[in-house]
Amino acid sequence: MLLKLEDVSKAFKGLMAVHGVSTEVHEGEILGLIGPNGAGKTTLFNLITGVYPPTEGRILFEDKDITRVAPHARCWMGIARTFQLVRPFPELTVLDNAAMGRVYGRDPVKSRSKAEKASVASLEVVGLTARASEKAKSLTLVDRKRLELARALATKPKLLLLDELLAGLNPSEVLTSMELIKSIRDTGITIIMVEHLVKAVFGIADRIVVLSAGELIAQGTPAEIACDQNVIDAYLGKSLRV
Amino acid sequence: MSDFLRIQDVSVAYGDIQALWDVSLNVEEGEIVALIGPNGAGKTTLMRAVAGLNPLRSGSIYLADKALHTLRAYQIAEQGVILVPEGRRLFGGLTVLDNLELGAYPKRARQVRADTLKLVYELFPLLADRRLQRANTMSGGQQQMLAIGRALMGVPRLLMLDEPSLGLGPLVVESIFETIKHMNEQGVTVFLVEQNARQALELANRAYILEQGSIAGTGVAQDLLNDDRVQQAYLGICPAPEA
Repeated sequence: MLLKLEDVSKAFKGLMAVHGVSTEVHEGEILGLIGPNGAGKTTLFNLITGVYPPTEGRILFEDKDITRVAPHARCWMGIARTFQLVRPFPELTVLDNAAMGRVYGRDPVKSRSKAEKASVASLEVVGLTARASEKAKSLTLVDRKRLELARALATKPKLLLLDELLAGLNPSEVLTSMELIKSIRDTGITIIMVEHLVKAVFGIADRIVVLSAGELIAQGTPAEIACDQNVIDAYLGKSLRV
Repeated sequence: MSDFLRIQDVSVAYGDIQALWDVSLNVEEGEIVALIGPNGAGKTTLMRAVAGLNPLRSGSIYLADKALHTLRAYQIAEQGVILVPEGRRLFGGLTVLDNLELGAYPKRARQVRADTLKLVYELFPLLADRRLQRANTMSGGQQQMLAIGRALMGVPRLLMLDEPSLGLGPLVVESIFETIKHMNEQGVTVFLVEQNARQALELANRAYILEQGSIAGTGVAQDLLNDDRVQQAYLGICPAPEA
């Protein structure tokens, strides 16, 4: 078991954004996290990466209790994430951006030249090698998203969380990015992905966790989830007619 | 009957993120038309484009053969196209009455403000009772009624509602939807965006399904209630195809 959530809740003042969620993430899988607007997906993401501690419950990573561990320390342990709104350092080169991950990640390299050397591989994974010496601000959106991914990969994560990596991409970019995510998983990195594009998640996830109004309402394979009546009701809304 | 609102091949982009691809749809006078689709499909983007709040990359929008896409947002409101935005966007520190009167800002609405106010109070007696209360001290459902009332003060020919049920309890949603129906029976044409597809389809005459920035289907709302395409747009095919 790579990651375990035990009865995790998070309240913002009176609002229960995440309520009593328990689930496990297995090594080497792609776990899709889906749910309608306001379901608590981002909050759960932030709990796993340590943006804030849960109000209740425990989070275990490789059997260690990380409930109160700070985000940067979780990164040292092997938890990395990408952000939906990508934020590369615009004036730095693509390679330097990726190297940042190598300097501050797991098993960090403190020398700049060594960090750069070590980051070439992550650029290769995402297909940005040819643009390594360009400034990040010159990249298109899909390439900026790839860079975001390369920077996360450069931290040498065991668990990689992808926040809306596919949002804003055109259909063919979505397809190539799905292949990329699969190829990263195939290198042994476990992936949790939050996506609005439910169909894309269904195409690559091994398992799906569905949140609705802060609660975990279903988990299972994509085939099970697509036919789950609770999930269908959560997405399409409940009829006013009884 | 000819098309009242006509949206033709509209594309909208935020920087290098394209949100809508060649979207075309029409709303006829007197109809309730719903635009449904999952999160991030582009529903709000389209509505804001009609209201003049998002520039078009290409395409055109007409109301009764008058081009809207060349007008500024306030000029579009002047044409009687009034948006109830997602999240209501009331003037929270102002009173109910202040909010309503600000809704009558378009010239064509100003002249009939007193009469319209009477109609709005008839439709929402609660707003009359609370006219001197500050907007942000009311419940979510009451605020949504105020947001609709404010839009009515603009004397809409086309009333656009963006997610009126968002964050509201089932009973409140039911009463909001009944109000929309009632307004429509009084002659207001309604264009509605909803994530709650089933409720929207029960209310509307016709609907369009928006998926990833393109129209994925359209039809009579009643028929769409049992149409697999709706579920597919949100969740894909059951059972999901093997990866």
